[in-house]
Amino acid sequence: MAIKTIDEINEKIREGKAVVVTAEEMIDIVEQKGAKKAAQTVDVVTTGTFSPMCSSGMFINFGHSAPPIRMTKVWLNDVSAYAGIAAVDAYIGATELSESQGMAYGGAHVIEDFIGGKDIRLYAESPGTDCYPRKTITTTINKNNVNQAYMFNPRNCYQNYPAATNSSDKTIYTYMGTLLPQFGNVTYCTSGQLSPLLNDPEYRTIGIGTRVFLGGAQGYVAFEGTQHDPGQERMTNGTPANLAGTLALIGDVKKMTTKYIRAATYEKYGVSLFVGIGIPIPILDEDMAIKTSISDKDIYTKIVDKSGRTDFSQRVSYQELRSGFVEINGRTVPTAPLSSMKIAREIASELKTLIKQGEFFLTEPVELLPRHDKRLNKLDIRGD
Amino acid sequence: MKTIKVSLTFPPAKVTFPLMTMLVRQYQLEVNILHADIRLNKTGKLIVEMTGKKENIDEALTFIEEHGILYHIFNGMLTWQEDKCVHCGACTSVCPSRALTIKAPDYILNFDKEKCLVCGLCVKACPLGIMRLAQADNDE
Repeated sequence: MAIKTIDEINEKIREGKAVVVTAEEMIDIVEQKGAKKAAQTVDVVTTGTFSPMCSSGMFINFGHSAPPIRMTKVWLNDVSAYAGIAAVDAYIGATELSESQGMAYGGAHVIEDFIGGKDIRLYAESPGTDCYPRKTITTTINKNNVNQAYMFNPRNCYQNYPAATNSSDKTIYTYMGTLLPQFGNVTYCTSGQLSPLLNDPEYRTIGIGTRVFLGGAQGYVAFEGTQHDPGQERMTNGTPANLAGTLALIGDVKKMTTKYIRAATYEKYGVSLFVGIGIPIPILDEDMAIKTSISDKDIYTKIVDKSGRTDFSQRVSYQELRSGFVEINGRTVPTAPLSSMKIAREIASELKTLIKQGEFFLTEPVELLPRHDKRLNKLDIRGD
Repeated sequence: MKTIKVSLTFPPAKVTFPLMTMLVRQYQLEVNILHADIRLNKTGKLIVEMTGKKENIDEALTFIEEHGILYHIFNGMLTWQEDKCVHCGACTSVCPSRALTIKAPDYILNFDKEKCLVCGLCVKACPLGIMRLAQADNDE
């Protein structure tokens, strides 16, 4: 039963009358008032996450030089960017490593420096053509002098993610951080009860075209994210018990802030990018009030062995993971997050303020995300 | 009086050697075991805080060395650029003494200097590279 529409909610936002709460505040509201009353009272629930998300990067259109160049190879601060597109377009991926500094600096650092307003050294090569005669270019760029720069992240906001441990006798270095031997620790990565896709687990309101808070700017859901896999096993509350939905996001880098976009280096693994995302969820009916009132005790993931030695798997709730310890094989093992709950809260709260002040409006999805029966294809090794 | 924090690495053949007792009896040291990883026939590791007279500590370290046990004195202090910290928690995952923690309700990085072993694992684990071990003047 629909209680209100997105148009009606936007009208309230315009009038400064919308009731906006964060997904954590919603837990108590639904507990105290019940879902029906909460759905009548609350218009928007804001979510937030600030996690390392490798599948991120930035398109830049540098603008044309005189004489012009059709760049075929591009380096930004010695980090290679993909230039196999039009003349002065390039894409710098977050995980690309510096050719001189290795893991100490990468695409993510270029993006952070760019957003921070620093000068970035551009070097590009070209075979030279009749229409683009220049063969090399060396200059500095920054966010004020390039023509355009926008972030396009093929996979952000993983709906859920397995926690990691290590059964082997050696420390291993992974994208889930440093994992100590013999189940020495467990790491996990989510904002849980504040996480966007865990608060709209069946993608009823978050879809293609949804306006989002991305790195401090207003961005959009461009498409389903890569590896979007909604057909995973679900708990009765609708949340997946494993990896599931993902989002491809797009937004104007020039409007972002380094408060919400930060480069990261994981020891002996490589470079990634902390991306700050907030998504508003319209409370259209009682069902959305229930969905957004989810708490860490109701969200489950599994702990997996990243050493590859065993197929160890143990189901665990985020409430247990957040307690600082879990029990594995009768032993108490310390747990640690990799995703910042503190900044996730700041994002949810900033988004709440933007909506209340009438500076951020909600959107109806242009198209819903695939919700069922999608299965990931594996990469077969064929031929020689 | 002097206090030092020292890591001791025992070769497999030495893990049954009663070193702590001897440090107390022969050198009148007060020893506080901060971290222990000892298993039979495997290389063992202890992190110990020792307090006593300077000359007794020096003699004890010579004694330790003579018995084939490797020692390393921690004489640094952990510092980090707090304004740049994002409170992600990666450093807490490797901290052996739980000097670094992130807990409810505020999930802010908390550092208990007393518990810190100055091992430096967090320095490498910090994805932002904002932690370091600074030299501390802890003589006497």
